[in-house]
Amino acid sequence: MKTTETCHCDTSCNIVAAEKKAGSRKKLIVLLAGGLALWVFLYYFLQRAANYLTYDILHLSPGSKLGSSVAFFLYDAPKVLLLLVLIVFVIGIIRSFFTPERTRRILAGKREFAGNVMGASLGIVTPFCSCSACPLFIGFVEAGIPLGVTLSFLIASPMINEVALVLLYGMFGWQIAILYIVTGLIIAIAAGWVIGRLKLERYIEDWVLERRNTPSAVSADSNSEAFEGRIRYGLNAVRDIVGKVWPYLLGGIAVGAGIHGYVPEGVLASFMGKGAWWSVPLAVIIGIPIYSNAAGVIPVVQALLEKGAALGTALAFMMAVVGLSLPETIILRRVLKWQLLAVFIGVVGLGIVITGYIFNLVL
Amino acid sequence: MKIKILGTGCAKCQQLEKTVREAVKDLGLNAEIEDVKDMKKIMQYPILATPALVVNEKLVASGRVPNKAEVTVYITSALDK
Repeated sequence: MKTTETCHCDTSCNIVAAEKKAGSRKKLIVLLAGGLALWVFLYYFLQRAANYLTYDILHLSPGSKLGSSVAFFLYDAPKVLLLLVLIVFVIGIIRSFFTPERTRRILAGKREFAGNVMGASLGIVTPFCSCSACPLFIGFVEAGIPLGVTLSFLIASPMINEVALVLLYGMFGWQIAILYIVTGLIIAIAAGWVIGRLKLERYIEDWVLERRNTPSAVSADSNSEAFEGRIRYGLNAVRDIVGKVWPYLLGGIAVGAGIHGYVPEGVLASFMGKGAWWSVPLAVIIGIPIYSNAAGVIPVVQALLEKGAALGTALAFMMAVVGLSLPETIILRRVLKWQLLAVFIGVVGLGIVITGYIFNLVL
Repeated sequence: MKIKILGTGCAKCQQLEKTVREAVKDLGLNAEIEDVKDMKKIMQYPILATPALVVNEKLVASGRVPNKAEVTVYITSALDK
């Protein structure tokens, strides 16, 4: 019965004979190689195809506002979707190695600063959705993981995600994507460390604290570790994530394309540029209650940048939207008293504001 | 047979519940399916991520949505005992 337990396919999950399994592995590899070749081909010819469609088939003139918007959309939308499929798949494979249970084992017994660094880093690769914030928080507290380390994980996890990574890379280049990861990590590490130093454990809800150091059995369930299992995990991640974000993505790129073509250059410089010192905190305050995934925000951010908004301000806005959200705060209220929740939002918000200023100063 | 779905009502939890109901119906079982939404009750099981599936008080999956075939296997192997 071992085969049925490890099988994660969607269609035929009946007892799979060993030979059939070897055959399906070969088929899977061929399928993957074919998919990759198609991907490279599409990506390579995208710009030409977009230009051909816009200027030769639709007969729009390259200098016109509409032409510029349409070419922007026809090139960017498929490019970002292609990148998204590839990166989500690769990250899905990586994530199949990191279950929340494993992350907890790694973090248990870590001291504060090193624990914050590991917590934030593991936040990137551990599969986790914000509706699981409560059980995860409680499970970490139970294992004796310090509060600050747990929060480092919970800050990094939504803020640095594969969708943000893809979009930043696709629209701004790898320098900005890496800058985003590094600053996101620093904010998660620093904010978690500061909250840990403040000794706020008494503001965890009492019923959660009571469970502390009552060792609980670690659940045995984990992902299939076979090669096929990981591939399927990656493919499922693509289906789940790309299936969920593509409408936001197209909507965001459409708005971005509109701004690209129609809004005059530099119009935002006066109130979102480097000169306006209050623009960074304002962007963060506006961004915190807004909840959207990176897919909807980044294309708009790109368009804003193009029209004169400062990079630090734009990134701060994006981090606030993606990293701090009202729904997650409401979920966390079940395990944290409001004082701790306020400190949490305050410290992370402040971290984002400082980062925004630093970017505006340096770049 | 008693089946519990642990989860606070997110989209994945609802998807799991639907899958379980279908699997139970296909098997023609008379099973009691309970949605456990209270966080304190959920945390009586050793899980770190929702949704989770409990069959006859045994935790069989957590942090993911098993497909119908898997759920069927979980249920039938619990029946065998």
